[in-house]
Amino acid sequence: MAGKLAPMKSPPYITTMRPQDILVPQPHGLCCRPGEFYIDPVRPVARALITHGHSDHARAGHGAVLATQETLDMMRLRYGDDFAGSTQAITYGEEIRFGTCQVKFHPAGHVLGSAQISVTCGGVRVVASGDYKDVADPTCAPFEVVPCDVFITEATFGLPVFRHGNPQAEIAKLLNSVALFPERAHLVGAYSLGKAQRVIAMLRQAGYDAPIYLHGAMETITRYYESRGIALGELRPARDAKKVELAGTITLAPPTAIQDLWTRRFPDPLAAFASGWMRVRARARQRGIELPLVISDHADWDGLCATIEATGAHEIWVTHGQEDALVHWATTKGLTARPLALVGYGEEDEETALPTSDGTKA
Amino acid sequence: MNRFAALLDRLSYEPGRNNKLRLITAYFRDTPDPDRGYALAAMTGALSFKHAKSGLIRDLIVARSDPALFALSYDYVGDLSETVALMWPRPDRLTNSPPPPSLGEVVTTLDSLPKKELPAQLAQWLDELDETGRWALLKLVTGALRIGVSARLAKTAAAALGDKDPHDIELIWPGLAPPYAELFAWLEGRAAIPVTHDPAPFRPVMLAHAIEDSDFANLDPNDFAAEWKWDGIRVQAVSGRAEDRTIVTRLYSRTGEDITGAFPDLLPALHLPGAVDGELLVLRDKRVQTFNVLQQRLNRKSVTPKLMKDYPIHLRAYDLLGDGENDLRELPFEERRDRLEAFIAKLNNPRVDLSVQVPFRSWDELAAARADPASANAGEDAEAVEGVMLKRRDAAYVPGRPKGQWWKWKRDPHVIDAVLMYAQRGHGKRSSYYSDYTFGVWTTGDAGEELVPVGKAYFGFTDEELIQIDKFVRRYTTERFGPVRQVVHEPDQGLVLEVAFEGLQRSTRHKSGVAMRFPRINRLRWDKPPREADRLETLEKMLSP
Ligand SMILES: [Zn+2]
Ligand SMILES: [Zn+2]
Repeated sequence: MAGKLAPMKSPPYITTMRPQDILVPQPHGLCCRPGEFYIDPVRPVARALITHGHSDHARAGHGAVLATQETLDMMRLRYGDDFAGSTQAITYGEEIRFGTCQVKFHPAGHVLGSAQISVTCGGVRVVASGDYKDVADPTCAPFEVVPCDVFITEATFGLPVFRHGNPQAEIAKLLNSVALFPERAHLVGAYSLGKAQRVIAMLRQAGYDAPIYLHGAMETITRYYESRGIALGELRPARDAKKVELAGTITLAPPTAIQDLWTRRFPDPLAAFASGWMRVRARARQRGIELPLVISDHADWDGLCATIEATGAHEIWVTHGQEDALVHWATTKGLTARPLALVGYGEEDEETALPTSDGTKA
Repeated sequence: MNRFAALLDRLSYEPGRNNKLRLITAYFRDTPDPDRGYALAAMTGALSFKHAKSGLIRDLIVARSDPALFALSYDYVGDLSETVALMWPRPDRLTNSPPPPSLGEVVTTLDSLPKKELPAQLAQWLDELDETGRWALLKLVTGALRIGVSARLAKTAAAALGDKDPHDIELIWPGLAPPYAELFAWLEGRAAIPVTHDPAPFRPVMLAHAIEDSDFANLDPNDFAAEWKWDGIRVQAVSGRAEDRTIVTRLYSRTGEDITGAFPDLLPALHLPGAVDGELLVLRDKRVQTFNVLQQRLNRKSVTPKLMKDYPIHLRAYDLLGDGENDLRELPFEERRDRLEAFIAKLNNPRVDLSVQVPFRSWDELAAARADPASANAGEDAEAVEGVMLKRRDAAYVPGRPKGQWWKWKRDPHVIDAVLMYAQRGHGKRSSYYSDYTFGVWTTGDAGEELVPVGKAYFGFTDEELIQIDKFVRRYTTERFGPVRQVVHEPDQGLVLEVAFEGLQRSTRHKSGVAMRFPRINRLRWDKPPREADRLETLEKMLSP
């Protein structure tokens, strides 16, 4: 394991390589000076390595972009063919050199094509996890623990109150509700990229084989998932359905749509929302959700802690989310930990969601 | 317990009454005895174990978590029980660890558990339950189970299990005790209706129809007796002899909820066996106080001597359903009235008096009395009169709302024209509509003429009108604050609402200094420019001096 190299046996230059010489936060994003690239930059740069396709991580306008094929495809779907000067696809486990650095992509288990990026330089390995989750998801490759010296972790759900529990139990809750209220239309708010497809796939795993309806904003990306071999069963656009047909059905829609004018096409709509935030009652109530479903594409508190311990990293950098609690926890475990001041990341922004199949914004 | 917790969880987010009913009925159908019975007891407030203090819950989590992480978490979640339920450390489950406790196990254990054993017992249950189960357990043991379900609703859901009338459950309810196995057996058709030996049972009440102007043409004034309609609370006061010959007295709400505990000061007055139908009022110096004064005595956790002294409770009797052992409900109203007068005279207690009758020979005479109760015989109590009640002299006492027997004729509500200022989204079915409206009237402020908010209304309009207002709100939004939109309200631009309300009082909480009772949207005045809406002075004149 790279992290276990004993310093005394190392060549002299290794001891001079500090982690912050490899990756450093800058206004444009996380910068690798020796490799001359940025990871998930928020402003246009010459060379960008992108962890995954969510709009706060994958932005348009960079010179050269390196990412998994799926991430590149998602960027193309969102921004059009000329979203970058040039692109290069990398597979999980493949190694590429930039200057004195070796770069590898590893599955992050967050959404289809999502990756952690490991950067090794002078015998020190830093892993930028992007967004990740350490639980099963039928729509993407499972998270892989990458042993390292420094682990850069997200902290979206970085408070001990966030325990996501068993997602199949939440799917059962949804199906029970559909059975109990067969005259109502169940609208499930879910982020268009990743969450929606995961909810559909889990419904299928649970044996639900009726057609599932889609809001226009979900069609393109969902069809893309299918084109990558992810079976989602029969899907129909909600806009083509008559009101009566929608009784007792399940429709996936962006979170902003489930209480909008758009819902009037449904019979007695019931607002559900699939998100890790639904764990906290006040958050669900604020949004007027009737059926909160705790299904998250980020690791929960236990997942964050277990992952940090499993990497063997002795230094932890914490990015977007509830940094304070996770930094505090890592310190009590004898690790060096600090919040990383990166701006521009957060929840997938639905305003920049994928266009609908008829070209309008949903 | 986890199943009950899932029900509570779902109910806590569900705004619709009918949907709540279906969720509870489904729970009763799927859950075996005795758990469903204890659930019914929890929802009807029939559980009697001593509640745990929140300090105990805090001690449990402090002993098991990092104080900094607890502080950050509590700060984020904002509710102690919920924070503890969510961050409770997951024990390493052994394959032979006990299954999570059932609701019945929790309730029966709490009933007999010595106080000092409570912390350890709670900790063990918290180890065994899931997140939602822990939340429900902590809400249950701290007595903070507020899920928007009334006892009446829970009983109605139980009745639906066997297609029974909820009235029938109310009738036998006083004789039942958790976990209600015989009740469920009857509801599921496995046994006869449980017999009640309650000496002071509730009798389902008779209700009145609202009278319309067009109804009078077909009614003969000679057939009816009239009384004032008081702005209090309808109650049934029942006293009966138990087997040991002692008198048992109970007060019921009009839906049959036992509210005896809230009015200990009234009970000694009801010392003769009988069942009185009447109005609960607060009287000071023999004068009836307004509903707002009476409200100070409602929904109190404890009834203190000071509360009883400051808000002396009183029963104004208007019907007698039982006299000693005799059921009077089949008798015509006139006969019951004679019996009532004799009964009240025998009680001979200042806490209970007769509802006076309003003499009239024609509908016009009654209309005049209703318009000015003070100069009829309501005297100084006129302010607390809501209208008049008409009762057919030959009417038997029939539960429900039988046609043509009892009528209520309310005083005309106050009406003003106000201007829509803010709109907020509704809940449930209405969550896609702006259906809660804040409206204002004109006043002269520092910067000249301005609108000052005087109230909020979220009903009174038709579905069609709702759609029209919603459209208006969306088109004429001038600013947004979260779920609230400010809409245009200029002298020549805006929407005038005709608002009806029951009463007006001074209020220090409102900038306008007045607060309305039961405001509702009467009409949309698209025809009226906002500058012609009413002024605050008009409202101030309506305030009683
Ligand atoms: Zn993401
Ligand atoms: Zn992110």
